[in-house]
Amino acid sequence: MSVLAFAEQRAGAVRDAALETLTVGRQLADALGVELVAVLVGPPGLAVEAGKLGSYGADRVLTGLADAFAEYSPEGYTELVAKAAREKAAKAVVFAASAQGKDLAPRVAARLKAGLASDVTQVGIEDGRVVAVRPAYAGKVFLRLAFKSAPAMLSVRPRAYKAAEAPRDAQVEELTVDAGAAARTKVQTAAEEKRERPDVAEAEIIVAGGRGLGGPESWKLLEGLADALGPGAGLGASRAVVDAGWRPHSEQVGQTGKVVAPPLYFAIGVSGAIQHLAGMQTAGCIVAVNKDAEAPIFKIADYGVVGDLFEIVPRLTEEIRKARSQP
Amino acid sequence: MKIIVCIKRVPDSESRIAKAKDGASVDTQGLKFVLNPYDEYAVEGALRLKEAAGDGSVTVMTLGGEESKETLRTALAMGADQAVLLKGQPSVDGLGTAQKLAGALEGREYDLLLFGKQAIDDDNLQVPAMVAELLGVPCATVVVELQVEGKVVTATREIEGGHEIVEFELPGVVAAQKGLNEPRYPSLKGIMQAKKKPLEEVDVGDAESHLEVIEVMNPPGRSAGVIVGEGADAVPELVRRLREEAKVI
Repeated sequence: MSVLAFAEQRAGAVRDAALETLTVGRQLADALGVELVAVLVGPPGLAVEAGKLGSYGADRVLTGLADAFAEYSPEGYTELVAKAAREKAAKAVVFAASAQGKDLAPRVAARLKAGLASDVTQVGIEDGRVVAVRPAYAGKVFLRLAFKSAPAMLSVRPRAYKAAEAPRDAQVEELTVDAGAAARTKVQTAAEEKRERPDVAEAEIIVAGGRGLGGPESWKLLEGLADALGPGAGLGASRAVVDAGWRPHSEQVGQTGKVVAPPLYFAIGVSGAIQHLAGMQTAGCIVAVNKDAEAPIFKIADYGVVGDLFEIVPRLTEEIRKARSQP
Repeated sequence: MKIIVCIKRVPDSESRIAKAKDGASVDTQGLKFVLNPYDEYAVEGALRLKEAAGDGSVTVMTLGGEESKETLRTALAMGADQAVLLKGQPSVDGLGTAQKLAGALEGREYDLLLFGKQAIDDDNLQVPAMVAELLGVPCATVVVELQVEGKVVTATREIEGGHEIVEFELPGVVAAQKGLNEPRYPSLKGIMQAKKKPLEEVDVGDAESHLEVIEVMNPPGRSAGVIVGEGADAVPELVRRLREEAKVI
């Protein structure tokens, strides 16, 4: 018996979100008294990453490595993970609730005819069964769920758990692969993007802007603040701003956007509509800057500054830069 | 091209959501219900494909109760040709619902199945990929650009900080993300016509849940913090608190 963790890769390297799934998997495996098996699917060169999975708690690494798996393949990956779950008699299968995990986990769950809890923020073992907590209605409520089917399928929200090292010498085993399964759907990563900042769903710090910025040109201010906060800072936006076409939808926070919980969240010129608050209210520390002292955002912010953001944000950028340059 | 769009009736995004007396479900009394926003992109996408092809049909389908007819009529008013109500309740997780939908779809002709990427009530983001798996067809989820040429689907899906291009041959499943298009509003003429369009009802029974809700909980409580001050002069104090009190920078 085992707990399985899917170790997501991109461009030949294991992603941070994958290490978080190992940490969740390790906790479940310890509580259940079974081994943690990491499933590593990707191009042949990915074999070098197996050791890393051991240092984050995998007792065993099953590899499905082939050129056909260099890019994500819904059918191919599904076949491998489902096979691993059956061969290792998995009690639970943990994915990251990433773009890939959210596509793959439902397919595997349907293949195994097992229920899936998506975007889980907390999971544990109670009386020998897996119990998961996850948001619904974009975080307006949370559900505590028990599984009526096996294995317990989970996708865990990025950053809900902090990856923790738990070193051991992982045994590496090859999963025999039928690369033909990958052929039906062709996936390739679009080449045009250059990633300067982390995606809003995975950023450690989010600098989010709302209608108070007055127009898309004002985002230079927020970019400056994000730069001052360091490489872990990403940009977010309110729905109003996305609907107005000022920012891409990929940055939208809230219901019909992304639900996020970074350690630090700046809401700049964001008034705080219900659907926005739902998507960010579990952030660690919330800082709000708004000219309206009655704005709903101040009701949930840890720290607020009332006033003109066009004066406050440049000063904030400068002071943060200063503070961060000091030891 | 025959397109079937699977849709859902959900509470409006401006709704306040509270738990019901039983503690294990959501109180839906007095809420305003709408067509799931992501499903609007799916319906619009289907209508555009049909318009571009100059022929074909768009069928909308949902699993739900009598009240879901209103949601189907909304999609018919946008321009869908016919509707199917699968009478029964959706499951807590996606699998039971996907099994009911796949069961109903198996006996029908379709080239493309369109969905919204997720319903904004359960937020499961499971059903489209599960239906694809159960039917044994390819699928692209979280799609922001869609092209169909002959039998070949090219879909652009959103991933962290970028996109993936997914290509497959019909029949298959596509799940729409916001940004795919700008959904049309039903016209008055559309609303009038919708009343006369065919709406088929099939009893399928309630979907089986593979998860059980033990408890509905409020989000972790959050109370108002401090207003550090007004204007740019308050900034040094804010930064001091972020560094020394909250220890976040």
